[in-house]
Amino acid sequence: MSATIVSQLHSYNKKVARSRATSEPAWVRWSLIAVSLLFLSLFLFIPLAAVFTEALRKGFGAYIAALVDPDALSAIKLTVIAAAISLPLNLVFGVAAAWAIAKFDFRGKSILITLIDLPFAVSPVIAGLIYVLIFGMQGWFGEWLIDHDHKVIFAIPGIVLATIFVTFPFIARELIPLMQAQGKEEEEAGLVLGANGWQILWRITLPNIKWGLLYGVILTNARAMGEFGAVSVVSGHIRGLTNTMPLHVEILYNEYNYAAAFAVASLLAFLALLTLALKSFIEWQASRDVIIDEQIEE
Amino acid sequence: MAKHKNVLPGFNLSLGYTLLYLSLIVLIPLSAAFLKTTELSLAEFWQVVTAPRVVASYKLTFGASLIGAVLNAIFGLLTAWVLTRYTFPGKKLVDALVDLPFALPTAVAGIALTAVYASNGWIGSILEPHGIKVAFTPLGVVVALTFIGLPFVVRTVQPVLEDLEAETEEAAASLGANRWQTFSRVILPALWPALLTGFALAFARAIGEYGSVIFIAGNMPMVSEITPLIIITKLEQYDYAGATAVAVVMLVISFILLFAINGLQWWSNHRISASR
Repeated sequence: MSATIVSQLHSYNKKVARSRATSEPAWVRWSLIAVSLLFLSLFLFIPLAAVFTEALRKGFGAYIAALVDPDALSAIKLTVIAAAISLPLNLVFGVAAAWAIAKFDFRGKSILITLIDLPFAVSPVIAGLIYVLIFGMQGWFGEWLIDHDHKVIFAIPGIVLATIFVTFPFIARELIPLMQAQGKEEEEAGLVLGANGWQILWRITLPNIKWGLLYGVILTNARAMGEFGAVSVVSGHIRGLTNTMPLHVEILYNEYNYAAAFAVASLLAFLALLTLALKSFIEWQASRDVIIDEQIEE
Repeated sequence: MAKHKNVLPGFNLSLGYTLLYLSLIVLIPLSAAFLKTTELSLAEFWQVVTAPRVVASYKLTFGASLIGAVLNAIFGLLTAWVLTRYTFPGKKLVDALVDLPFALPTAVAGIALTAVYASNGWIGSILEPHGIKVAFTPLGVVVALTFIGLPFVVRTVQPVLEDLEAETEEAAASLGANRWQTFSRVILPALWPALLTGFALAFARAIGEYGSVIFIAGNMPMVSEITPLIIITKLEQYDYAGATAVAVVMLVISFILLFAINGLQWWSNHRISASR
């Protein structure tokens, strides 16, 4: 999150030749690398490997069976739906917020940026709780919703709302520093040449921020599909109806059906690895674009 | 910079939409939590948030988050150092995998850590003969919270370390400093703001964490029950006011931390731009 593309761009080619006076002896180097890798293995690599081994413990047949189980399929479907609704909404918000903050000066801007960050600071459990307080049985709109036969809590709308909340800042957070760094000269040039606002947005701004935007979308998607705490509070855990993939993992695990739990978990772990691969690819593309830009300028 | 009139269109639309969306999704729902607690009298509120079981959960949540964040500060700094300064086979892969806790769903992390650190797991079975139990004890909570905070320190320190100029270190060396002195008196002071920011981010994230902890913690009241779980338990008993009271305590602490982090980041950016 804090490793924004901007900082990556600034430091892409800082390769420094180091003499003996400014580097460490080989034995120090290798011990530091070993300690770091041991730490990462204990907390990252071994648990990650465990997901896939546990998933295949009962064989490939059982693995596939756990994934094509109707409850698992409906959990996958709901997870995709929640991500597919929350992603575009937060995307539009992210672009609008970044446009207002990066291209204009106004009072209270830093307060607005802090407020956009709020969902990062709120426990996912509390994110679920606040929607229960509004739409739940005893909530503000509870009676109205019952009278009109709508369901938000323990139903799909609640899950979507909770997902939107926890992924709220990701895209805006990625775009604001990027668009601030880019300034507004190109947009102003477009305006002078007679483009209207939407043309400027589509033809100048969006192409300029495409990597940052994609980066934000990928992070949002990963979090949306993997959210557990917030969704757990509003879902009601109704099998085949209001279970997302992470909730399905929990249910299977609590029923001591470990192989099946890890099978569904392995899909999510695979999604996480795919996210990291795409993220590295985007960082590489973005830094390559900067190098090309600088070569053109020279 | 001369102040001139901003000619770009869309200010009212974009700011208006931003404020509307922010209010509907974040501000109004959050204010619901604060309004709900007004249903309790001050004495009732105090009784709920200082009940022994709740206080025990604060101690565990904040204590384990602090230990996890300290571990991440130490090993995150080391990892950032190793990734920026040295080359070794598989470095790019390791660098990419550091972000795994951001991408891996917390429930998956929770069951994976439990499987590895349980007494019959890969690591748990090695530790068990030495009398160290991790899974289903407070130590398990520390392990989970270390996992989820792992990328923060690495990713805040790494860019600062990359931007440090070799000349400063050469100057220190030519003035007779040995490598350790150069590190502790020249490099470390420059890293402090970033290190502290990463530490605070990891700590703040750990306090609210739920998914990865509940599988490994064992969730015994007074021993290994975290505060977010207390909120869930109260909700399941339809004690909405009680759940909200505990939530408000957590929210206030989180907001204070958020402001502290923003201050730290401002300090950190300020120092970098001042040194340029």
